[in-house]
Amino acid sequence: MSLDYVKFTPGFDTFMPKEYRDMVEHGPFGKKTTVSQMGSFKEILEEHPMCAGCAMTLFIRLAIIAFPNPEDTITVGTAGCGRLAISQAAIPFVYGNYGDQNGVASGLSRGLRIRFGDKPKDVVVMAGDGGTADIGFQQVLHSWFRKERFTTIMLDNEVYGNTGGQESGMTTRGAVLKMAPLGKKFEKMDMVAMAKIAGCAYIATVVPNNPRRVESCIKKAVLIAREVGPTYIQAYTSCNIEYAIPTDQVMADAKTVEDDRYKFAEYVSEDAKAYLAERYGYKEFAQKPVAAVTTV
Amino acid sequence: MDSTAIIGTTNKKGQVITDPRVMMNDAPRTPSFFTGSEVIKEAVRRANVDVMVAYPITPQSEAAALCGELFAEGYIGDYFRGESEFAVMSQCAGAAFGGARVFTTTAGPGTMRAMENFPMWAGSRLPIQCIVTCRGINSPLSIQPDTIEIAYLMNTGMLVWHAETAQDFYDWILKGYMVSEEPDVHLPLALCCDGFFVTHTKDVVELTPAEMCLPPYDPYRSPVPCMDMECPPVRMMRDPFVMKSNYISYATHASWQQEIWAAAERSRKHTIAWLDGLIDVEDGDADILIISSGTAVSQGREAIRLLADEGIRVGLVKIKTLRPWPEEELLEATKHASHIIVPEFNVIGWMAKEIKATIPNSNRVVAGPRVCGGMTLPPEVIVEEVKKAIGMRSGVLAGRGG
Repeated sequence: MSLDYVKFTPGFDTFMPKEYRDMVEHGPFGKKTTVSQMGSFKEILEEHPMCAGCAMTLFIRLAIIAFPNPEDTITVGTAGCGRLAISQAAIPFVYGNYGDQNGVASGLSRGLRIRFGDKPKDVVVMAGDGGTADIGFQQVLHSWFRKERFTTIMLDNEVYGNTGGQESGMTTRGAVLKMAPLGKKFEKMDMVAMAKIAGCAYIATVVPNNPRRVESCIKKAVLIAREVGPTYIQAYTSCNIEYAIPTDQVMADAKTVEDDRYKFAEYVSEDAKAYLAERYGYKEFAQKPVAAVTTV
Repeated sequence: MDSTAIIGTTNKKGQVITDPRVMMNDAPRTPSFFTGSEVIKEAVRRANVDVMVAYPITPQSEAAALCGELFAEGYIGDYFRGESEFAVMSQCAGAAFGGARVFTTTAGPGTMRAMENFPMWAGSRLPIQCIVTCRGINSPLSIQPDTIEIAYLMNTGMLVWHAETAQDFYDWILKGYMVSEEPDVHLPLALCCDGFFVTHTKDVVELTPAEMCLPPYDPYRSPVPCMDMECPPVRMMRDPFVMKSNYISYATHASWQQEIWAAAERSRKHTIAWLDGLIDVEDGDADILIISSGTAVSQGREAIRLLADEGIRVGLVKIKTLRPWPEEELLEATKHASHIIVPEFNVIGWMAKEIKATIPNSNRVVAGPRVCGGMTLPPEVIVEEVKKAIGMRSGVLAGRGG
């Protein structure tokens, strides 16, 4: 992105809306901002129409702050609660059709690479559990098998929240929801295992009540997707409406679910480790020097 | 970017970027004996295409695979096989959102499977070109020529053109990009032909020089921002209209839909210039006219020759563009006609319905003959329909009907 676009046209600065002025003067474009600084800068996503206490919204805010290069990032999504927030952000959001976000992202990523070559243009998919594991399943899996170089983030609230609380493939077995009047009959889909089988170079499961961890995972996922291969993050982002979680208990619920079925797990392929170490100085993935052999 | 500045320079493959009007109208042409599928390849070779996404379905598989050879030769920037037509059209959308010139092909059930994408392409103003090699879509299964899918495409907001011959196909693929990428149009183009009849038969086609190509697509001439973060940040949905039940949300959707159809109307002037009119008329002051599109026109032309042998004079109107629909042109062309015969390769007779809805005294229109599912349309059947319309007894197919 030419950062000139995030400047005032001379003579117009005093006439621009406050929202715009704040983005220019206090926004994150061209700067390094972190989740620890939340509240001290203008976020790319602030206004949104989401429900009070929505964990998904918190996660989306954290994820967008973590983008390593927001001035050259394009997000892609599909139907669901998440897009109602993401579409309010000050970076482009592409909504194609129901469940085709990974197909759109495949084409977008390839088109941008043809046009911009090595200049990083990060493509990040953020879609719900229904969009990713149900209606979008085929395109998600095929984008991974094709080794498309972009990041897929599942906003997993374990329900179709936007349409009023229907069972999804990511709902846990036994949950009684709309379209599952006798309780869900099969297990929560193991998309993490499928991501691994399909060859994702980086996979992580996270919950939003650990912002630093979310930031770290998103950053790694986006960087690895630039050159190594597809990356997948599965985030528990509860629906406090459909699961009747009291607003003040949303973070406690996330902790409970984290301890139950959303334990933090991270997979980094060997290629991705080497790439992060060599290109971006990740010391934890650097090859350890061979210990000096001492002879007695 | 000054688009004239790149004329005369070369692309990555070494082809000379040529003024499209010079390339299409003035450059020397070489007669070549090719199948329709090979002609698609030759047109794409000269179209400076960035991304092509392919998927097998008869009868477009050969053309889609031949474009893969072009990619291997370096004429197309990127090429891959998608996992279904719906996925392919989504992948095409993504590439176009990112500012690439995009090409794809589909047919029949593939067109139907991809259908959700087509209004989205139009609504997002993506000037993707999709070749549609029409075939049967209904059960029982037919892979044979049938144009019924065009009836669905005509209501998507896309430009829809219907090629009669391989020569049409060759010229219109190249000219199609020039029309659909105009800033005041900027819509996808469904360039249709009758599967097998055009794709799998050989014909002599006059080709432009292979060392010439179209100028590349310039995404910054788009009327909507390119999703490449080189423009000011944009939102496809500034406010989530879909969630709001209020007048603003209705008006936003409605006004944008009207703009899409207005953009298709604005393509007329460009299309008329490139295709030399939206219709072709032969012997237009005849009392009897045959009107159709695609290879039904070829069969109509043959029927006219047979009728002329019997002293019956019949004119011909070839409709080239279905969207935009040549309403004014048809009103003019049909104003003296007493009988209008509309032969079609589909069961529902969408062309006859369109014509009836356009012209006064629509009882002049004979909605047929129609064949489908791969049946041929012998000129003799059209001859019989003409004779029936003018009250003559037909001996050609005696015993058929009353």
